[in-house]
Amino acid sequence: MTSNLNLWLIPVLPLAGAAINGFLGKKSSRTAVSTIGLFFSGAAFAWALSVVFRVSSDALPYQEYLAHWIRSGSFSADFALYLDQLSLVMLLVVTGVGFLIHIYSVGYMWDDPSYYRFFTYLNLFMFFMLTLILANNYLVMFIGWEGVGLASYLLIGFWFTKDSAASAGKKAFIVNRIGDFGFLIGLFLIIQHFGSLDFTKVFAQVHPMAAENGGAGLLTAIGILLMVGACGKSAQIPLYVWLPDAMEGPTPVSALIHAATMVTAGVYMVSRSHMIFERAPMALTVVAVIGTLTALFAATIGITQTDIKKVLAYSTVSQLGYMFMACGVGAFSAGIFHLMTHAFFKGLLFLAAGSVIHAVGGEQDMRKMGGLRSYIPVTFGTMFIATLAIAGIPPFAGFWSKDEILWQAYQVSKVYWAIGIITAFITSFYMFRLLYMTFFGDYHGVQVDSHGHGSHGHDGHGEPHESPMVMLVPLMILAVLSIFGGFVGWGNRFEHFLGPVFGGGEVAAEAASSITEKVLMGVSVLVAASGWLLAYVLYCARPELPQKIADGLNGFYTAVLNKYYVDELYAKLFVKPLIDGSTTILWQGVDRKVIDDTVNNAADGARHVSDEVRHMQSGNLRSYAGWIAAGSAVVIAYMIWMGVR
Amino acid sequence: MVPLSYYLVLSGFLFACGVAGFLIKRNIITIFMSIELMLNGVNLSFVAFAAHWHSLAGQVFVFFVMVVAAAEAAVGLAIIIAVYRTRETLNVDQVNLLKL
Repeated sequence: MTSNLNLWLIPVLPLAGAAINGFLGKKSSRTAVSTIGLFFSGAAFAWALSVVFRVSSDALPYQEYLAHWIRSGSFSADFALYLDQLSLVMLLVVTGVGFLIHIYSVGYMWDDPSYYRFFTYLNLFMFFMLTLILANNYLVMFIGWEGVGLASYLLIGFWFTKDSAASAGKKAFIVNRIGDFGFLIGLFLIIQHFGSLDFTKVFAQVHPMAAENGGAGLLTAIGILLMVGACGKSAQIPLYVWLPDAMEGPTPVSALIHAATMVTAGVYMVSRSHMIFERAPMALTVVAVIGTLTALFAATIGITQTDIKKVLAYSTVSQLGYMFMACGVGAFSAGIFHLMTHAFFKGLLFLAAGSVIHAVGGEQDMRKMGGLRSYIPVTFGTMFIATLAIAGIPPFAGFWSKDEILWQAYQVSKVYWAIGIITAFITSFYMFRLLYMTFFGDYHGVQVDSHGHGSHGHDGHGEPHESPMVMLVPLMILAVLSIFGGFVGWGNRFEHFLGPVFGGGEVAAEAASSITEKVLMGVSVLVAASGWLLAYVLYCARPELPQKIADGLNGFYTAVLNKYYVDELYAKLFVKPLIDGSTTILWQGVDRKVIDDTVNNAADGARHVSDEVRHMQSGNLRSYAGWIAAGSAVVIAYMIWMGVR
Repeated sequence: MVPLSYYLVLSGFLFACGVAGFLIKRNIITIFMSIELMLNGVNLSFVAFAAHWHSLAGQVFVFFVMVVAAAEAAVGLAIIIAVYRTRETLNVDQVNLLKL
């Protein structure tokens, strides 16, 4: 038995930071705000590290009970925390990457008027995310789940005076709500059949159940509903549409929430529920198919985007697809491994993109960049490393995790593997396209636009310039992690580490066919390299070619450029009918005709009746007397009649 | 011995006169007197019944009515004087400020 780890400190520290900054930040200086923001997120990271060092692996899973929450009949849910190898990995990723991004934000957001608000939200996000990770039952997890949704909404709409940012925030929230609906129904099913939401209690009951091989049953239903929730949070088909729009938020937010941590909550939740999914093959297939399709689909859109953050957004969707593909083929540890490496290199990519945007004065269109390599060498270097990592070039982090997923997928179905490898090619291509468009060639920025004015730009921004050290240091640390982060998977050590959580079955099968694995590894490296080569040819050696190819593929290219018109389709299918229905039936029909009219007519009626009746109050004494006499006459007549009867 | 019904008819007549006077007349003093008439009509029926049933309760009740009537007369006349001082009329149709 390990001594008390005081896990509760980890989520509560950022909450304290959020509270202090939220209540007092408006009047404090920027230095004070950033000190508090950094201190509390850093303290959470430090405490998480100390937990890692103090806990011994045989003491896991460790549970920490905090307080009663709900006691209703036989059902109960407590505020309690749960720590095992899985949550430990997530804990370190979230606090570590989160802390780095906090540091970066100090530089990136320095000039923003609502500086304190940013750090409040960021700390609040950390609190909810850590609650989500450390929950010991689905209900506490759901608090975190909804909370990160709220923080995401607040941060996407951080510049809420901009219409597009405000509506992107709403879109993210509403699309997530659809997923949450599925998640909730799944939870209700779990309560209904297992009478509890505690992970340990539910899984103990699920454990002896047989796999639902014959057809769909209870576990399949729960699994698919949980997957609906994960689709919303982790931006999978068909609910991925909010993530690209979420790029309206500040870039550190995109890095923290929409790349490294929050969007991986779905993967975490599915992995956490692996006991259920493993016994529901059909649900697993759903997960795998959704993941695979999303990976390919989003990657193709990524090719055509010209906004640097949009490319990365679609890339995130695509990489999340990989993670779900891994979960879907039962390789949960591979999924979590990719989640971790992805947090490193995608966080780095976003932060580097932020540094690029910072350098060119807020421009996000890659066509107006180019040649930035010499202006911002550190950013270029780190971004280059991240690109190598995501493209799957060995020995960078992404190679190890992606290769692991592809290998596991190959063992289940070659179709998954084939689509995965195509996606890997596309990934490599669009990432190097981004790199070449941004950093190579000539600078197409402000000088070209303000041709003839003599100086650069109307905004007085001047030459592209390197970011301050406070932004570069996180980049460098993440770059180191992107290089070496993959080695924790060397010799399946990562899988062994997560073994107690997911069961050691898959590890044993590993060693058998290592020749095939080597061949597949070679193929993925080859594919990544050819993607690089193609990008080099098209965007560096012969930059006039892409336009020709695009013209050649006329219709298809336009469709991809417009993201396959999915937003338009959803608008037609769901949004417009909903708005029309709400307007004509609910607003004009129910609200105005029924509710408003009932109230108004009742009031009108009362007024009309009173208008008539008030004439009785004539002020004429004799008419009052008349009324009294008439009334008494009626009463007497009634009494006589009663008496006679 | 005068039968009970005679008294009751007279009592009803007096009361009806009071009601009619109350409704018809405009002079506030007359209306006031009509009220007294109604009270006395009722008093008559009380004592008639008391004599008929050999019960003192009816007579006791009459004393109560007379006491209340005396008090009412004092208050009522005071009000009438106050009204006359401000409105300079005794016509109740002109004392009609208390209306919407």
